[in-house]
Amino acid sequence: MFTPAEADALRVSLVVSGGSVIANLPLALVVAWLLVRKPGALSGALGTLVHLPLVLPPVVVGYVLLMVFGRHGVIGAWLDSAFGLRLAFSTLGASLATAVMTFPLMVRSIRLALEGIDPGLEAAARTLGAGALDRFVSITLPLMLPGIIAGAITAFAAGLGEFGAVITFAGNLPGITRTLPLALYTALQAPGGDVVALRLAVLSITAGVIGLLAAEWLARAVRRRRGG
Amino acid sequence: MLDVELRLARGAFELDASWRAPTPGVVALYGPSGAGKTTLALALAGLVPAEGRIVVDGETWLDSSRGVAVATERRRIGYVFQDARLFPHLDVRDNLLFGARRTRESGRGPTLESITQLLGLGSLLDRRPQSLSGGERQRVALGRALLSNPRLLLLDEPLSGLDAPRRLEVLPYLEVLRDHYRIPMVFVSHQYEEVLRLATHLVVMEAGRVLAADTPAALSLDRRLHSRIGSEGVGAVLEVEVTRTDGPRGLVTVDVDGEALHLPVAGADVGARLRLLVLARDVILATAPVQGLSVRNALRGRLESLEPEDELHTLATVATGRHRLLARITHAAAGELSLAPGMTVWALVKAGSLAAHAYRRDRECDAPT
Repeated sequence: MFTPAEADALRVSLVVSGGSVIANLPLALVVAWLLVRKPGALSGALGTLVHLPLVLPPVVVGYVLLMVFGRHGVIGAWLDSAFGLRLAFSTLGASLATAVMTFPLMVRSIRLALEGIDPGLEAAARTLGAGALDRFVSITLPLMLPGIIAGAITAFAAGLGEFGAVITFAGNLPGITRTLPLALYTALQAPGGDVVALRLAVLSITAGVIGLLAAEWLARAVRRRRGG
Repeated sequence: MLDVELRLARGAFELDASWRAPTPGVVALYGPSGAGKTTLALALAGLVPAEGRIVVDGETWLDSSRGVAVATERRRIGYVFQDARLFPHLDVRDNLLFGARRTRESGRGPTLESITQLLGLGSLLDRRPQSLSGGERQRVALGRALLSNPRLLLLDEPLSGLDAPRRLEVLPYLEVLRDHYRIPMVFVSHQYEEVLRLATHLVVMEAGRVLAADTPAALSLDRRLHSRIGSEGVGAVLEVEVTRTDGPRGLVTVDVDGEALHLPVAGADVGARLRLLVLARDVILATAPVQGLSVRNALRGRLESLEPEDELHTLATVATGRHRLLARITHAAAGELSLAPGMTVWALVKAGSLAAHAYRRDRECDAPT
């Protein structure tokens, strides 16, 4: 069904985007919680920073990542010398670039879910003897679940298509950082690559549609389970 | 004993309230909206920060002079909010057990079975809160609070969100709680009727301060309460006991300082305790024993005081012994009868008007099912 190159691109895309979602989830929860529950100047600045990738050209994000996490970047050099870890031009690096780009989507979705929760429910849980962590785990988190799931899947689907930041920071290495859009771009550059490009485009569209349908279906399933 | 002394400021609003009340018992925080009743209840729960002192049956929850402030989750309170606040992602059973599962001394509180039976929740256990009626939600919220085995039950206008029929559905359960479980309760209300049905101690609040605090019977004679409840509700509260029951129609005789009052009360046995609100507007004063009237209730007493109430009316206080009655009469009538403190008078009141405000004080498990 797939050529080895297509299978590679699909695999890289899934790994890169999946990795970015897993890395983003805990951080997005913390940031969304801060934005909703601790409003203030600091929180406002954090909100701006987090949403910056939405308005910046992705190439700029990739370039900034290169400066910070590249081999000669502030953190990149340290990671290299301390752990021998090189992010630039690696699958992990592609994941990082995708994570930064899709982070606002996830935060937005989780934040909306959190804003929809009546703080009175947490107060009620307090009166019933639930401490802070207990309240978060037994009340807040389950009530946010549809938003978290929707955010994760939207971010995943968007991550499959991330181009500019990935190619700038992680390059276009077949089997390592060449995701579906990068493979599509490469095919278009090559003479006679039209058919390959079309196949990759259909594959990308299918993956995106499946992702969005899954998000919708999961969110609905959660809502149905709680009878709302 | 509940010993409360709280101070807090929220914006322009300042609360400065002190009162004590015996336990077990039901304290009503009564006053108009904006008086600070809910804020006081929240402060008792520790949900809003406050200065001062809270001691519940010897256990100190707050003492700012010693830097003691027990966290809400460790106070062991049962709080029933106006809006029930059931957890939407849990079914009724898990809502009910939420607090019970977090109570350290497990096995000492009421069981799920007993609460389910008491509050008539058996058929609701597998339902989701969203599918319940308002009255059902409040009953579940009440059950959830009780199952956490609280040292103090706080009820913030648990009936205010309900229409009249739903109120009548929930109120008897609160009476059963008062008489059966003997958990100290503090409830917030702006309804005098509710207060009279439930409270053993009354704290009248206004603008963040305590206007008066005492038993309903004592405060019912107090002008400070009268200004709150409006002239229609003014009347003496009598705590009496049924001494005789009269056949199946439910006419009972109660004792008031050695004299008998008759009124219809369904299902009351000899020894049952009743609280009667004898409205001042329903009491007629006579300066001599009267004959040829259909009124059977005439209590002999000494006219204790006459206080002008408005341009038209005088409020007369009649002492029958331990009890007092209030009668609203016109200035003209007072003048015509030459009423003066110290005189012997007869207070006449119709059985029907007594029965309209007679409240049972000792309901055991006889709540409707």
